[in-house]
Amino acid sequence: METAFTPFTSFGGGLAIGLGAVLLMLGLGRIFGATGIMSGAVFITSRAELSWRLALIAGMVLAPVTLFFVTGQMPVVNVPVSPVMIVIGGVIVGLGASLGSGCTSGHGVCGLSRLSVRSLVAVPTFMVTAAITVFIIRHVFGA
Amino acid sequence: MKLFYALITGLVFGIGISLSGMMDPAKVLNFFDLAGTWDPSLAFVMGGALIVTFVGYRLVWRRDAPLFEARFQIPTGTAIDKNLVGGSALFGIGWGIAGFCPGAAIPALGTGRWEVALFLIAVTAGFYLRRLLAPMQTAGAAT
Repeated sequence: METAFTPFTSFGGGLAIGLGAVLLMLGLGRIFGATGIMSGAVFITSRAELSWRLALIAGMVLAPVTLFFVTGQMPVVNVPVSPVMIVIGGVIVGLGASLGSGCTSGHGVCGLSRLSVRSLVAVPTFMVTAAITVFIIRHVFGA
Repeated sequence: MKLFYALITGLVFGIGISLSGMMDPAKVLNFFDLAGTWDPSLAFVMGGALIVTFVGYRLVWRRDAPLFEARFQIPTGTAIDKNLVGGSALFGIGWGIAGFCPGAAIPALGTGRWEVALFLIAVTAGFYLRRLLAPMQTAGAAT
């Protein structure tokens, strides 16, 4: 399905994502990596490490409703793939992001801006494999 | 105060994700579908986020310490190893299959869509899978 080209709202959203990452560095001195934040809330090492992660996650989850109260619209979530694909993709995302120590937020936003050598390798790697995967699914298998 | 700060930080990040289009798998998969219904919007998300973090991080790092912690915890690893490259490659494959990544799915949970919960449960299963594989791998290095 076609989606509308939204350069301005996407850029604006990107600015807010960056601001969230900078605020976390300013307040807690941490990288805003969703994989690390989520796995730290799953594999609990201490109460102090858990509590700020849960607060951060709660704030993230409250975002769509907050936006709904301001704009009257929920953000768009169109899922063009089957539940089986979501499960398979999700398991691979969890395995890959924990093996590779980061995802779009940790390596992408935070790592690239720090000019981390590991992130400069990780980001092109996952961008290319994602594009190849979409090509194979859509244009080889024609799903 | 620290937890309230974390909550607001998560909210800012989540609003950014909501506005950006990152939590819409149709848009994410189209971003990677160069040969089909290509939608380049998400390049603007990364552009906006990187401008803010590139400048913002450097301003924050002029401080001796973050507001609520004794020190900054910034990944220092530089090793380009099999875990980094293989994990990132896998992450991209999973992202290309499901259309969600962790940083987008956590705020998307707030829209109440069951597919998002299913994805996050699968990601958590992926984290556990990585733990099962851990004895065969070196411990995950930092981002």
